[in-house]
Amino acid sequence: MSLVSPDHIVPEFSTINWSDVRKDFPILTREVNAKPLVYLDNAASSQKPQVVIDAITHYYSYYNANVHRGVHTLSQEGTNAFEASREEVRKFINASKIEEVIFTKGTTNSINLLAYSWGRKNINAGDEIIISEMEHHSNIVPWQMLCEEKNASLKIIPMNENGELIWEEFLKLLSERTKLISVVHISNALGTINPVKKMIEVAHQHNIFVHVDGAQAAPHLSIDVQDLDCDFYSFSGHKMCGPTGIGIFYGKEKWLEEMPPFEGGGEMIKTVSFEKTTYNELPFKFEAGTPNIEGAIVLGDAIRYLNSIGLKNIAQRENELLMKATEAVKNIEGIKLIGTASEKSSVLSFIIHGIHPYDAGMILDKMGIAVRTGHHCCQPLMDCFRIPGTIRASFAFYNNEEDIDRLVEGIHKSIRMLS
Amino acid sequence: MATIEEIENEIVEDFELFDDWEGKYEYLISLGKDLPLIDEKYKTDENLIRGCQSRVWLHAEQRDNKVYFTADSDAIITKGLVGLMVKVLSGQTPNDITNAPLNFLDKIGLKEHLSPTRSNGLASMIKQMKLYAVSMMKTP
Repeated sequence: MSLVSPDHIVPEFSTINWSDVRKDFPILTREVNAKPLVYLDNAASSQKPQVVIDAITHYYSYYNANVHRGVHTLSQEGTNAFEASREEVRKFINASKIEEVIFTKGTTNSINLLAYSWGRKNINAGDEIIISEMEHHSNIVPWQMLCEEKNASLKIIPMNENGELIWEEFLKLLSERTKLISVVHISNALGTINPVKKMIEVAHQHNIFVHVDGAQAAPHLSIDVQDLDCDFYSFSGHKMCGPTGIGIFYGKEKWLEEMPPFEGGGEMIKTVSFEKTTYNELPFKFEAGTPNIEGAIVLGDAIRYLNSIGLKNIAQRENELLMKATEAVKNIEGIKLIGTASEKSSVLSFIIHGIHPYDAGMILDKMGIAVRTGHHCCQPLMDCFRIPGTIRASFAFYNNEEDIDRLVEGIHKSIRMLS
Repeated sequence: MATIEEIENEIVEDFELFDDWEGKYEYLISLGKDLPLIDEKYKTDENLIRGCQSRVWLHAEQRDNKVYFTADSDAIITKGLVGLMVKVLSGQTPNDITNAPLNFLDKIGLKEHLSPTRSNGLASMIKQMKLYAVSMMKTP
């Protein structure tokens, strides 16, 4: 049961009052260290609009029960809402079938599902898996573990000094032994938007599977898995105005059918006896145990909320903010931007000469400004740039120009105090 | 030599001069800048206490039943905090170090730096200082 009308019409960009949109997010009215909060850590987790917060309360106060089990009304209503949300996700990424949409705990869980289920079945000794230099640890470690177990090897696509993957180097890595490419759609540390569609096209010419880590992309771009033609796609709810602990694993039906279950338990079975257990159909085969029902249902509300503004409008607004912030920050003396790709989403990563990112982060926090500092779970990427970490301001559509002014003021103060 | 408690009280008094965060942090940063440099030969991986974001090196030696610490950090605010801990604990007996409650950080409003999300290695450093003291009690 949705609290956001599904029959929305996507508004024209020019008609959107962004300061009204900002009011949808109650947390943005609070103070931190006696200053109005400036939240610029959206790449780590987004804030939640009131409709999403209300939907959580509504679920627990109105129709909480276990799904796919009971014949009673609450269970029926819960199951209907759960499956309606799955359909909402299907439309959101334009998957061809609802069976291709698996609920997981989040992107990390989705990638582990792929590495354990598909990976252990399809990767053999001597095989190669390609990832890139800008991957999040979540898209490195599961593959390292798999390669170690199977005696396979991990190949890394390098990037240039702007933080863009080097196309020629990527092509050179493709070999007869390459089984899978797992690449990030948008880099969380740099904001680079990778040309995944082109990569998938080339990969498929060589019969190589492609998984896309869409954790940063889902909240900022319209995703069309059929147009991309990716074999697998993963993303998280909490980065797109939804609850934490819910994520999506998308796979083409024919591949999901061939994959063995990842975890065993309730829900994923058809029949169980001590001699033999048969597995449930898609998507339930991959959803062992009681799922995060609230998370799954409310993710549907979050998607309807994003749709009511329009993903294209969101992308345009965020780009506007990124441009303004980049202009304002790049000329401050001592600043060096890290990640200057020509195709970029709303991440502004930088270092200040002679100042440790941690110190700057502390001063900004004292001024009520939330940014992320450190390696952003991308240690290999930081090693490439030969830096311990960056200061990262990441923007969402509910940020505004005043947030940028406060950030600039904060950077000046950090430099003054720490130099 | 002043006791741990006396040094702590002195620090608390120093910090009471500042009524806003800026003054407090400027003072902390100046403490960081003034912290006597650790001998480069002690900035080894063995002496490194890895915080998630800032790194801290800690070296301990024992003389006349007292423990002397030198330390450093790559982040200046962390270095200031490290400096405070060195000021309080260096030159004290292993027994006093082990039993020090160290609640002065709370009194000067900097307790937040001990929280695990700060990831500055300070909490691990205090633990390590006490571990040194404990091990020196066992091997006088």
